[in-house]
Amino acid sequence: MAKVFNDSVFKDIDEAKRKWEAKLERIFQEAPERLKRFITVSDREINRIYTPLDVKELDYNRDLGFPGEYPYTRGVQPSMYRGRLWTMRMFAGLGTAKDTNRRFHLLVNAGQTGLSVAFDMPTLMGYDSDSPRSRGEIGRCGVAIDTVKDMEELFEGLPVDRLTTSMTINPPASVIWAMYIAAAENRGIPRKLLGGTIQNDMLKEFIAQKTFMLPPIPSVKLIIDTVEFGTKQVPKWNTISISGYHIREAGSTAVQELAFTLADGIAYTQAAIERGLDVDDFAPRFSFFFNSHIDFFEEIAKFRAARRMWAKIMRERFKAKNPRSWWLRFHTQTAGCSLTAQQPYNNIVRTTLEALAAVLGGTQSLHTNSLDEVLALPTEEAATIALRTQQIIAEESGVANTIDPLGGSYFVEALTNKMEEEAFEIIQKIDDMGGMLAAIEKHYPQQEIADSAYKYQLQLDSGERTLVGVNKYVMEEEIPVEILEIDEELERIQIEKLWRIKEERDQGKVKECLEKVGEACFKDENVMEHLIEAVKNYCTLQELCDVYRSVYGTYRDPGIF
Amino acid sequence: MSQRRIRVMVAKPGLDGHDRGARVIARAFRDAGFEVVYTGLHQTPEEIVEAAIQEDVDMIGLSSLAGAHRFLFPRVMELLKERGVEDIVVCGGGIIPDDDIPKLKAMGVKEIFTPGTPLHKIVEWVKENVKPREA
Repeated sequence: MAKVFNDSVFKDIDEAKRKWEAKLERIFQEAPERLKRFITVSDREINRIYTPLDVKELDYNRDLGFPGEYPYTRGVQPSMYRGRLWTMRMFAGLGTAKDTNRRFHLLVNAGQTGLSVAFDMPTLMGYDSDSPRSRGEIGRCGVAIDTVKDMEELFEGLPVDRLTTSMTINPPASVIWAMYIAAAENRGIPRKLLGGTIQNDMLKEFIAQKTFMLPPIPSVKLIIDTVEFGTKQVPKWNTISISGYHIREAGSTAVQELAFTLADGIAYTQAAIERGLDVDDFAPRFSFFFNSHIDFFEEIAKFRAARRMWAKIMRERFKAKNPRSWWLRFHTQTAGCSLTAQQPYNNIVRTTLEALAAVLGGTQSLHTNSLDEVLALPTEEAATIALRTQQIIAEESGVANTIDPLGGSYFVEALTNKMEEEAFEIIQKIDDMGGMLAAIEKHYPQQEIADSAYKYQLQLDSGERTLVGVNKYVMEEEIPVEILEIDEELERIQIEKLWRIKEERDQGKVKECLEKVGEACFKDENVMEHLIEAVKNYCTLQELCDVYRSVYGTYRDPGIF
Repeated sequence: MSQRRIRVMVAKPGLDGHDRGARVIARAFRDAGFEVVYTGLHQTPEEIVEAAIQEDVDMIGLSSLAGAHRFLFPRVMELLKERGVEDIVVCGGGIIPDDDIPKLKAMGVKEIFTPGTPLHKIVEWVKENVKPREA
């Protein structure tokens, strides 16, 4: 026990607070408070002041502890940024693999410390560039990947045995990961040396991001295949990045983001245990991904609450014994949805605040959005400014000098407690529905998010909420910013390349490989080893996804609004 | 002769999954008293035009946030023409660069709403520009 406040202090503080409030009342009688409600971006009302009275029960060792110690409120590693800074990992992808490779080299030369791949829509949805469904979408919001050849070009000249790579890929995650492993092995780098992350979180796709291919149950089956394979064969890989980012972008509140993400984590843990895996074998390779929105303190409290909650969930609910299983390690991206097309240079400031919140919240890696990301893919200049923002926070501002500098703030601790409590209530509700898969079938998280998004928009429209440059401080004449153009020729180049590969490969081998993957699906065996063999023989992304689609069927958006 | 309510379709063409805006707009239209059909995600232009005809809508609102509007919006316009239903008003919204707007309008897209447009402005625009057909 290490209670921070002795019960005897509360009476005196309470008395002093009452006096102060009486004084305030007199002041506000003459001139009222600036706003009727002081609210966060998640519509949470914030009090005038926080004191020990708001955290009466705070027990230092039980609730906060030291960094690297249960319940990890103050950070997962003992040394945090005193040892090593967070990984600066800029999400990038455009045009062909060659175009994106050029951008990666630029970012690495500018000092970024990890890679992160953005794929184009066809790749994300499991279509090749020559599919009719891909028309007009190739290389537009990320890089086009059809075969292992593209994957090889994507990482040419980059030290993937030293740099970790994160890949935002979901329905075809198993296939893309197989291509990454195959490309590395073709270069002579063994799979056990590979470090990185595949997002591979389908539950949040059904809930929020909406890139889906197969129905929920086979989607989870394939995820657990990667978890099982990674545990045994690629031990440094994070086989899943359980993501709140997209839930928040879709319009959820901070607490909904927290609750739905951890509930997804519970569902995956459950599924892996049901596969027969030991929680302490796979849980240390689960990673998380959160949004850092504009409301500074609420975000910091969210990150701190997330760590404490996951530690409790893993230790108490799943009886994990390895402390690494209790760690919630997370990547953060600043909030795309907080950026404005109007006066886009203001976005640099928004991103700075959001990045600062992520750092004060103890993130393990960070992507900072570029000022122009609300308009198009970022230009080189805009991406560089975004990276510089992280470097200034890291190396000039001094905020990384001490660990969890806001720990002990009455406000931040009270908010951390409150968010944890509310998020656990939502998780309980989901448990009562029969878990996240059942909740998704009932459209529960989808509907909750849509409600929050609509409410937020109405508050913006009514002016209750301010968005600088949009509903206040509007300028008639705006300074235009340069926009990145994707070459229209790219579609033809990519399709011709794919056709050449399809022509030159060993067709018999391709057929055999595709059949083996199909067989593994039918027999409910792990597909990973078959996929690696298939992509090495130039089976394409879509060919493999078509095998999945033919075995498992497809999922259609219920179109709820 | 009784006039029916304005009947609108909110549509998501292509593979783009960003549906926050489309769903918010669909609700705003419903709250404004319109009849609303939402296609859901991942529709081809062919599917959208077919559904618009089947549902007998007065307007289609196309939403795109992943850069494929340059192909998908003109394709929808082309198909409406082929099917002889150019009288259906089409507007669009999402991440559409300023330079693309005049080109899309030249193809018959009546208006483009970019991020930050208040909902009531879009609703007013619909009331002014879309006339419900007689019942």
